[in-house]
Order: sequence, then C-alpha cells, then structure tokens
Amino acid sequence: MTLATVLVDLVQVLLFAALAPVLIGVTRQVRARLEGRAGAGIWQPWRDIRKLLVKQPVRAPGSSWILRVAPLVLTISSLVLAALLPLVSTVAGRLIPGDLFVVVSVLLIGAVALALVGLDAGTAFGGMGSSRHMTVLALVEPTLLLAIYALSIPSGSSNLAIIVDSRLANPSIIVSPVGLLAMAAFIIAVAAETGRLPVDNPSTHLELTMMHEAMLLESTARDLGWLEFGSWLKLTVLLGLIGNLLIPWGVATTTDPMQVVVGVPAVILKVLVLGGMLSVGEVLLAKVRLFRVPELLAGSFVLAFLAVAVSAMVP
Amino acid sequence: MTPISLGLITGLALAAVAIAAAFLPGVPVRSILSGVSTAAMSAAGVFTGALAMAGATGKLVVPIALPLGPLTFEPDRLGGLFMLIASGVGVLVSLYGIVSVHGASASRTSWIALAVFMMGMQYVPAAADVLSFLLMWEAMALGSTVLLLAEHASRRRVSSAAVWYSVMSQLSFLFILAGFAVLAAAAGGTTFAELALVSPTSTAGLTAFVLLVIGFGSKSGLVPMHVWLPRAHPEAPSHVSAAMSAAMVKMGVYGILVVCVRFLPGGPAWSGILLLTLGGLSAVYGILQASVSSDLKVLLAYSTTENVGLIWLAIGASVLLGAYGLTATSATSLLAALLLTVSHAAFKTTLFLGAGSVLHATGERDLDHLGGLGRRMPWTAAAFGIGCLGAAALPISSGFVAEWVLLQSLVHGTRLNGAAVSVTVSIGMPLAVAVVALTAGLAVLTFVKSYGIGFLARPRSDAAAGARESHPLVRVVLVVAAAIVVLLGLMPGPLASVLASVVAEDGARRPGIVDTIGMAGVSLPGLGALLDPIALVILAAVVAVPVLAVTIASALRHPQRLGASVWGGGGERTRPRMQYTATSYAEPVVRVFDDVLKPSRDVEVTHAGESRYLVQRVKFSQNLTDVIEHRLYRPVLSAADRLGVRARVIQNGSIHLYLLYSFAAILIVLIVAVL
Repeated sequence: MTLATVLVDLVQVLLFAALAPVLIGVTRQVRARLEGRAGAGIWQPWRDIRKLLVKQPVRAPGSSWILRVAPLVLTISSLVLAALLPLVSTVAGRLIPGDLFVVVSVLLIGAVALALVGLDAGTAFGGMGSSRHMTVLALVEPTLLLAIYALSIPSGSSNLAIIVDSRLANPSIIVSPVGLLAMAAFIIAVAAETGRLPVDNPSTHLELTMMHEAMLLESTARDLGWLEFGSWLKLTVLLGLIGNLLIPWGVATTTDPMQVVVGVPAVILKVLVLGGMLSVGEVLLAKVRLFRVPELLAGSFVLAFLAVAVSAMVP
Repeated sequence: MTPISLGLITGLALAAVAIAAAFLPGVPVRSILSGVSTAAMSAAGVFTGALAMAGATGKLVVPIALPLGPLTFEPDRLGGLFMLIASGVGVLVSLYGIVSVHGASASRTSWIALAVFMMGMQYVPAAADVLSFLLMWEAMALGSTVLLLAEHASRRRVSSAAVWYSVMSQLSFLFILAGFAVLAAAAGGTTFAELALVSPTSTAGLTAFVLLVIGFGSKSGLVPMHVWLPRAHPEAPSHVSAAMSAAMVKMGVYGILVVCVRFLPGGPAWSGILLLTLGGLSAVYGILQASVSSDLKVLLAYSTTENVGLIWLAIGASVLLGAYGLTATSATSLLAALLLTVSHAAFKTTLFLGAGSVLHATGERDLDHLGGLGRRMPWTAAAFGIGCLGAAALPISSGFVAEWVLLQSLVHGTRLNGAAVSVTVSIGMPLAVAVVALTAGLAVLTFVKSYGIGFLARPRSDAAAGARESHPLVRVVLVVAAAIVVLLGLMPGPLASVLASVVAEDGARRPGIVDTIGMAGVSLPGLGALLDPIALVILAAVVAVPVLAVTIASALRHPQRLGASVWGGGGERTRPRMQYTATSYAEPVVRVFDDVLKPSRDVEVTHAGESRYLVQRVKFSQNLTDVIEHRLYRPVLSAADRLGVRARVIQNGSIHLYLLYSFAAILIVLIVAVL
C-alpha cells in the first residue's frame, strides 16, 4: 500500500464525512421546496450534528454499554465503507480490496448495531423498530447479494473497484439488459437497506409506521448524533457507489493528482444529483405497507435472478 | 510404535479410567475424577488428531474372534481433522460438565455414558474399516441416548425426546449399514481401502451413495430427517447438547465427506444436485424455524440444522462443479465446507454452553422470560455475543470467513475460462447464492433476537432479575471457546491452508487453491479474491480515532445523566412486561412466511364483570408447527399405530394361541426342510 493510495483514501473518507450532512440537507431542501415550504437550508444537518455532540446525554437506568458503543460502531462501519468503496478513485490497498461480500458484511454490522440500540432501551417502540428493521434486512439480503453477483459477472471479479473499472473501459455493460436489470434490483435493495421510501419513511413522526426512527427514540445527544451521522454517511456512500456504477466517467483510476482533482467534484456532483432525484422520487411515492414490502423485495429478487441467470448462460 | 498408535491406545486407556472413576462414591469426587479423565482422553484425541492431520501415519489393530478381520484404527488426514474437532469440543464439554452437572446428570450412569459417548465420537473418524466404524458409531449413539435420558424422572418431555432420538439414530444406522453392505459386496472386502475401489458410476456405487446420504443426512439433522434435533438438544443436559450439536452431527458430515472424497470421488452431476438441494432446503428451513423460536435451546438446535445444511450445500456444490471440470472452484467449495464445519463446532459450543450457563442461573430457557442478563452475567454475555457473531456470519468471526469462501466459490462457479459450462450450473449457483443469502439474513435476525432479548433491555421475570454469574471454571471454558471463534475469524489463512491439504488426494499443499496472505489473511488465487481480517480491523481502528476523540472530548465536558425514565414522553415509567419479547420480535417473520410456518393463535379475553368494554385480562398463545413433521411423520406414525391395533388380534394373550403359533412354525420348518 503506497503513500499515494493512503492519501487518496484519506481524501475520499474526509470528503464523504463532510458531504453526508450536506447531502441530507440537499434532499430535505429539495423536498421542502417541492412541497411548497421554505426549508431549513442545506447546512441544517451540519448544525444539528454540532448541537447534538455538545449536549448532555440522558440515559435510562438499566441500559447497557450497547447504548453508548453501538452508535460509534454504526459510524465507524459507515466510515469503513467510505474507505472501501470506489468513490473518488478505484485504487485500493492490496490487502483491503473493496470485496463485495466484505462490503455487505460491514453494512450488516452497522444494521445490527442499530437494531441492538433499539432493543437495549427496553421499550415497545424500540423493539418494534428493531424487529421490523431486521425482518426487512433479512429479506433484502438475497436481492442485494444476487444483484451484486450479477454486477460482478461481466468483470469476473467480486472486487468493486475492478467492476467500476471494467464498466469504464466497456460502457456497453451498463446499458445491456442484464446490467439494467441488475441495477434496478440493486437500487431497490439500497433503498430498503438505507430506510428510504417506499420501504421506510425517513421523515415520519407517526410511531406506528416508522422503523429507523423507532430505534433511535431512547438515544440523545452524542448517541443520537452518531446514529444519525452514521446513517447519513451510509446513504451517501451507497449513492456514490450507484453513481459510479451508472456513470463511471470521472472516477480516478490511478493516484495521479490531476485525476483525483477531477474525481472529487465528479463524485460530489453524482451524489448530489442522485440525492435530488431521490427526494423528488420520495415526494411522488407513498410508503408501502410493511407487509407489502416483501412483495416489493420479491420483485426485485426476480429482476436480480433473471440478470444473473441470463448473464451466466450467455456464452 | 508410532506416536499415533500411542495416542490411540492412551485415549482408550483414559476412557477406561474415566469409566472406572465413575463408580466412585460421592458426587464431587466422581465428577472431578471422571470429568478430568474424560477431558484427558479428549486431549489425547486432540494430540492424535493433530498429528494425523499433519500427515503422520500409524495404526491400532485390535484382533477379534469374528471371521471378519481385525478392528483397525488408522486416521488419515481428513479423519484427523474430525478427530481434532470431536476431541477439541470434548475437552471443553468435559471440563464444563465437572461443575455444571448435578442431580441425575451427575450419576454413575451418566458419567459412564459421557466417557463412552466421547470415545465413540473420537474413534469414528479414526476407523479404517467398516466394522470398527459401525462399532464406534453405535457407541456414540448409545452413550448419547443414555445421557439424553438422564433427567427423565424430573421432566416429562425427556422420554419422548429419547424415543424420537433413538428411533431416528437407529434408522440412520440401518441406512448406513445397508450402504456399507452394498459397497462391501461390490468391493469384496470391508476395509476402507477396498471400498474405495468401487466405481462411483456403477449401479452398486450409486445405490450405496443414496443409502449413505440418507443415513448420514439423518445423523446430521438434515430436513426432512431433522425431527430429533429440536427435541433431543433442548432436553439433554447443556454440556451434552453442546457435544451433540458441535461434534456429533459433524460425524454425519464426516461420513458424507468420506463417501464423496474417498470412496466415490468424481460422482455424477445429479449426486451433487441431490446434496445441494438437501443442504439448501435444510439451511432455509432450519433458520426459518430458528428465527421464530423463543426457546433458546430449540433455537440453537434448529440453527444446527441450518449450519449443517450449509455444509452439505458446499459439499454438493463441490461435487457438482467437479462433475463439470471446474477443479479450482470445486476445491474451494470443499474448503468452504471444512471451514464451516470447524467454525460451527467453535461457535455452537460457545452458544450451547452459554445457554447452559443462562439456564443454570435462571432456570429459564424461554427468551420471553429473560432479559437484562448482560449486566448480571457479563462473562456469559460476552461469550454468547461472540458466539452470536459467529452464527450470524458477521466479521470478525470464523463464521464470516467460512461463508465468504463459500460465496466466492459459488459466484465464480458458473464459468470455465470465460465460457458458461452448463445450464444446470448457471441456474443452480445463483439459487445457491440466494439460499445462502436468505439464510445469512435470517441468521442475523435470529441472533440479534437471541442476544438482544436475552441479554439486553430489562429483565422480564424475577428469575432473570436475580441471575448470578456462573462458576469460574464455566467462565474459563466459555472464554476459551469464544476466543477460538475470534481467533479463527482474525487469522483464517493458516487454518485454510491446512484444511485445503486435508482433502487433497496426495495431502500436498496445492498453492493454486488457497494461500496465506498479509497478516494471516486468506487468499483464493484461482478466483482472484482475498480477505485479510486484521487489515480490516486496522482500517476500522484508524477511522475510529477521530470519532473516539470527539466522543471522549464531549464525554469529559458533558457526562451522562442517568435516572430519566424510559420513554419519558408519557411521564409514566413503563413496566418491563411492556417490552418487546422474542415472540413479538419474530412476528413479522411469522407473517411473511406464514405459508410455511402455519401459525395458530389463540387470544382469550376475560371481561371485567358485566362490561363488554372493560377487559380484565388477555391471554395470548401462539403455536407454530413443524410442517414437515406434521405432514410427513404424523401420517406414518398414525398408520403404524393403526397397524399395531390390528396386530393385537393375533397377540391376544392366550397361551394356547401362542402354542399353536409355535407348533405351526415348527411344522413349516420341518416341511421346508423335507422339501
């Protein structure tokens, strides 16, 4: 692992850590404008985080170390994702390639940390959120793995950096029917994984319909801050990945400073555009009933399975 | 005398010592002496197994009076691995048994049975001919049945569990015996070397394959032969359930591996598909039942079906890919099967012993009555948590590495030199990936539930509120078992290299399949994939530095305030009963999969006085059935019952009738003799 690789990785992690609250600010602002509200401005999530980190946490007696540690685990898992995925550049350390299955397992660690926070408080709402969250996650897993399996077939590797590189070298992969099916399945899986509409409503305050928010009810101050930040960062890096898979141009393929200088604004642009599209989509979509979610995921599973079976059979 | 034969003899001698010590009067003396001797026997097994795995040879020949050939024990590399697994589990389990047994499970019979059980289990993989294999197999079955029966006087369900268990294990024995008989008839001998000469595609070879799959599958607890697992594991004493789940079901895996790798290597593609289907079905069905189960030990038992299913799936994938000439991916799948086996032995020992520690402290196996144990039993909670990581296949545990290798071999399995090999593989491998993924997802839910409901939140019963940490020796055993799970997850490279050499024909390390890379990481050069858990941990530690710095700075300036009421929005403190329970946690899963689980719910509402609107109490009960048991076994059992009723006519208790039968029998024999 050369110094240049480390530096590029560092730039990538810092960039995404700074970008995550901005992305959330942008999606909220777009949404507010579309709904005819003024909105709080795109910097509000940054101000929220700063406020939460300097407040005194209030914790229930009988809560365990999970309430303290799990928020950190969630944030760290998202930061590891930001380091592993090919976002600004596709160069990676020799020993820590962005292996698809490793990436999925890091995602799972964050999700498990969140689910344990929900249970630790010992309330009905926390447990409900946790239970629903884990059920959706269990059902997303086959779709997610099959979708990334389909993405990995054309390049013959499960390394995300190589996948993005091969799409850059051969753009016909992206618009092939198989590639489109796989991306559609992948996008549905990411929406479920990050708790966006139509699976979960990130801005709901109606307890009976929420999943993500229900797990955070008992967390305050820095605990809440890290949980929010970790979730935002997860969404941001996954949008960055989708951006690079759909439009791989602009991503740096070497550690050449010029390429990195191009790669940074390119990925910021991709993430913010995708974020804007996400919030437009969310304005137009209604949340699916919880027990209709499996049908949605089954549909996406079929797309992914078709993509894999077809691409595996093509000689 | 070679070290291996010395180790084998020492093991048998120590088993005899353990049996002798079991006759001593006084429970403490008996438990310590017999337990320590059993642990020493297992330690000898670890030694012998490790030597055999490293390639040392040696044998123990016991001449017998039967006209068959002597009993020969000569572990090869694969046998050495399974001997190591069985005896490694044996060491931990025997030590745990010393302090955990009491009452009926500390009796003389139980200690003798434990020694016999352990001995049988450790010498099954050492056997080199059919007779000694079957003899040790029966010792293992007998010992475990007696152990299972230990507490039959105090719990009613034990005897029914024992009946199911012994019937299923004898049926499994019957099929194994038949399979070996077919093989031996075709080979003309009963030693394993002779059996290996049978052609894998001959009629005899294929018949034997199917018979042995049924026999060994039943011992492994595969669907639809799994019915004994969720009965026997919960009712056995905890250390016995750990040994049964972590080691004994592995003997079924050993059996099928011997069949696929040694006796009938290179079987046809359909044999791989058979194993793949059986394994996949078991994996999904097992974890689905586990995810909705509220009884901690039933949950772990179903999770055993899941894990063994994954192992069989990996073996099946290996046979299937081998049949299409994908040697590298086939060898990787086989490696995944072995990694899954070792990893399951490690984490399932931890989980069952942890569950035993909880059971001992609270008297409860029902998760709906537990909670808050993390603060009361920190050692058990930590070990159980690590076991859960392993079972949910999350990093940095052994389970994650094993599933990673399995998935890598499956996703690279459809193409040879860039061309698709066959439609069967192109459909089969994605389905296998989907099965593994669904299994992994439900496993995460299952183990988040069992840890989160059992160890976090507030106690749901007085028993859980008054729980105390277990005996220090129990803690030591738990910590060692959990440490193995983490160690194998952090440094998988060396283990993977050794395991790859265990199944290679010549025992040589083939560098093309698996290598050690970086800081004891594992790399699969044939598939272009590598995994270095320590590098990942370092990466996480580096990115954690600023997060921790901010948190600590904030914590110094703003310490926490305790004492606020939980969910203070309503102002009133909610009671622990209002928490989510394991049953409610699994409710969405029950609803999603209600076609398979067939839940039946009962809500009883008692009204207060005359009012229709005021409710005094509500009683909710839910019953989930094992569909396979209901549809497959119940009809057979009731048919057998009806047959029994009919047969009563010919056995009505009249001595005259019985004399008539004897007379008729003699007459028939005489007539046949004359003809």
